[in-house]
Amino acid sequence: MYRAFMLKYGEIGIKGKNRAVFEEALRLSTEKALSRVGDGFTVTRPNGRILAEAKGDYDFDEAVDALKKVFGYVSFHPAKIVDDKGLPELYKEVISLFEKEYGRDIKASFKVKCKRGRKNYPLDSMELAAAVGEQLLNAFPGLSVDVHEPDIYVHVEIREKIYIYSKEFEGAKGLPRGVSGKTMLLLSGGIDSPVAGFRMARRGVTLEAVYFHAPPYTSERAKNKVVKLGELISRYTGPFRLHIVNFTDIQLKILDKCPRDELTIIMRRYMMKIAETIAKETGCLSLTTGESIGQVASQTMQSLNCTNAVASLPVFRPLITYDKQEIMDEAERIGTYETSVLPYEDCCTIFVAKHPVTKPRLSVIEKSEESLTGEIEPLLEEALRTQEVVEIV
Amino acid sequence: MKEIYLDNAATTRCLTSSAKRAYDVMTEDFGNPSSLHMKGVDAEKYLDEAREVISKSLRCREKEILFTSGGSESNNTAIFGGALRNERNGRHIITTAIEHEAVLSPIRALEKRGFSVTYLPVSKEGVISLSDLSDAITGDTVLVSIMHVNNETGAVQPIEEAADIIREKNKKTLFHVDAIQSFSKLPIDLKNTKIDLLSVSGHKLHAPKGSGFLFAREGVKLDPIIYGGGQEGGLRSGTQNVPAIAGLCESVRFMTQDMDAHYRHFKELRERLVEGLSDLENVYINGPADEKKQAPYILSLSVRDVRAEVLLHALEEKGIFVGAGSACSSNRPHISNTLIAMGLEHELLDQTIRLSFSVFTEEAEIDETVSALKELVPFLSKYRRG
Repeated sequence: MYRAFMLKYGEIGIKGKNRAVFEEALRLSTEKALSRVGDGFTVTRPNGRILAEAKGDYDFDEAVDALKKVFGYVSFHPAKIVDDKGLPELYKEVISLFEKEYGRDIKASFKVKCKRGRKNYPLDSMELAAAVGEQLLNAFPGLSVDVHEPDIYVHVEIREKIYIYSKEFEGAKGLPRGVSGKTMLLLSGGIDSPVAGFRMARRGVTLEAVYFHAPPYTSERAKNKVVKLGELISRYTGPFRLHIVNFTDIQLKILDKCPRDELTIIMRRYMMKIAETIAKETGCLSLTTGESIGQVASQTMQSLNCTNAVASLPVFRPLITYDKQEIMDEAERIGTYETSVLPYEDCCTIFVAKHPVTKPRLSVIEKSEESLTGEIEPLLEEALRTQEVVEIV
Repeated sequence: MKEIYLDNAATTRCLTSSAKRAYDVMTEDFGNPSSLHMKGVDAEKYLDEAREVISKSLRCREKEILFTSGGSESNNTAIFGGALRNERNGRHIITTAIEHEAVLSPIRALEKRGFSVTYLPVSKEGVISLSDLSDAITGDTVLVSIMHVNNETGAVQPIEEAADIIREKNKKTLFHVDAIQSFSKLPIDLKNTKIDLLSVSGHKLHAPKGSGFLFAREGVKLDPIIYGGGQEGGLRSGTQNVPAIAGLCESVRFMTQDMDAHYRHFKELRERLVEGLSDLENVYINGPADEKKQAPYILSLSVRDVRAEVLLHALEEKGIFVGAGSACSSNRPHISNTLIAMGLEHELLDQTIRLSFSVFTEEAEIDETVSALKELVPFLSKYRRG
């Protein structure tokens, strides 16, 4: 019964001259998100909102699910589109939509909000709202009017056609995809990094991602798991490229030459270096990790300082103040948790020391790395040269 | 890269002729064997033929063969069906500490319902003791379930002697044998061995997955676990998987036509592998030293300081596929109950791989595996965990 969705954005409404750019980005990502639903939707942007009209039959729940993943909307409504056949016909349509959404016996307060895109309509907005409100009061005995804090809003918009909608879904908020530049996400198979990628994308950031694997110490299944995680977040973030880098030889070299308790920190520094090299080659303006202060030894403030020191691009850590439980809740909400906890070993844990340094000093770490000079460079080059790129869609 | 597949205890490649047979049945003789018309009759012939071939190879009667979906279903039917139907004969079950999960899980489920269970220990070599068995049997013992060949080590359990002991101690006790790793490779004579129930899976012997059977001796009373249209004498409802059963028939025929030659081939392969690895340090072979107690197509190998999963993947990079005694991970260690029961050193529990051969495994493949291990083991054991 719903031919369309009326989608409302918040923050981007105040972006001044950029508004058109933001709206267009929003329109595009909405069209893309709905392209897999039914025969797709035509998405347009009439004044101050986005309208998605179905091209054919579609599954309602699927459409709602897809729209909940589009960043930039505060809320959206399934909407009925009717031709202007006079007031009595309009009343009937409003009453039938209302009954469908809330049932005959609803007990609630409501308010009708009308807008006229065409000013030749016989009633003005206030008059129309009053008239529709009266009809609803007559039809549903349990209703009362509350113009300040109603439980339910009923919207009637008069344009070429008439749009009627009430039921509201919460949007994903944030900024529309692709308006905020690109970041290189260090994606592991864990719980945190997919959430970090999601968080960045929610601010309109486009992703590129890098994953380090260490065969034979990590398995093909671990790699597939990361690809799967990429696919799960791409429903929100849009398609992105995943660079898979073989880290085995670098890791073994560090193991050979450096103190075991510094292994993780030194590894992280080389991962950061490689990530940054690929980031710069692919036009990213920042790096993103899923780190959170104090979660593990390599995420103390001292450790973060050491890993940060090798990067010249800004390193964003959207989860830095999150508790583990909060990250897990968010992972659960966006649907990555179940995949993240599949028990495949990742490359950071295989040789991890029983008591890794928790307060590394940069000068000490740099001194340890001197022993790698001359030997590690060709390995870094080789790792970059042999990277595998997977298009995540 | 050429593939060397040494994980035949996990599953085998289906014989081309069996697959072809299954395909033909699917597309041509696709009738439901329960249908009254010719299409049904044609389909039923495949079941009859398979029952005949299988019963000959085991020396039992055709009507004692029930087709199932495979090993797990056969084990479940034998254990639930046997214990629950014969509950009035007792509520005590005996099994071993080294059974496959498809036996242990149903038995644990019965334990929760009030059955008492004795788990027989095994020696360092992974073999049960007959006197332990004898001591465990009471007037209340309704079921004994012992595997023929252990899936992780290849240790052969003395099922013939066990059958005699059980019969002697308690005539009402049912004896179930999980023969999933032995049927068609080691001789089983049901005419002269008082086994009541015996489980077999098709895909371990080059037949299609989803095929298998349970031998249930005439007169043994079972409750079905799947109810419905009453196929397989009411003990296993559901339309029979005729294509897979036709394939199974083909594979059983192939595997049992010359078991002695196959056995000699397996033995040569195993000896070659053991010999090849003899000068490799830190490598230990698990299982019975006595070759009569050892299935020659399975070799359990512990490699000190090399995690099984790592070695498995390193071999995989060279195109060699082996099994790991345990699917281990840092998050959820799942260690083999067989190796624990054998008292294997704790360190080695997740440092144990399994190589298992098929009749198609070649000596050259063994040689390549030996050189791969000789190259990998010293390198991998250099890098230990923290």
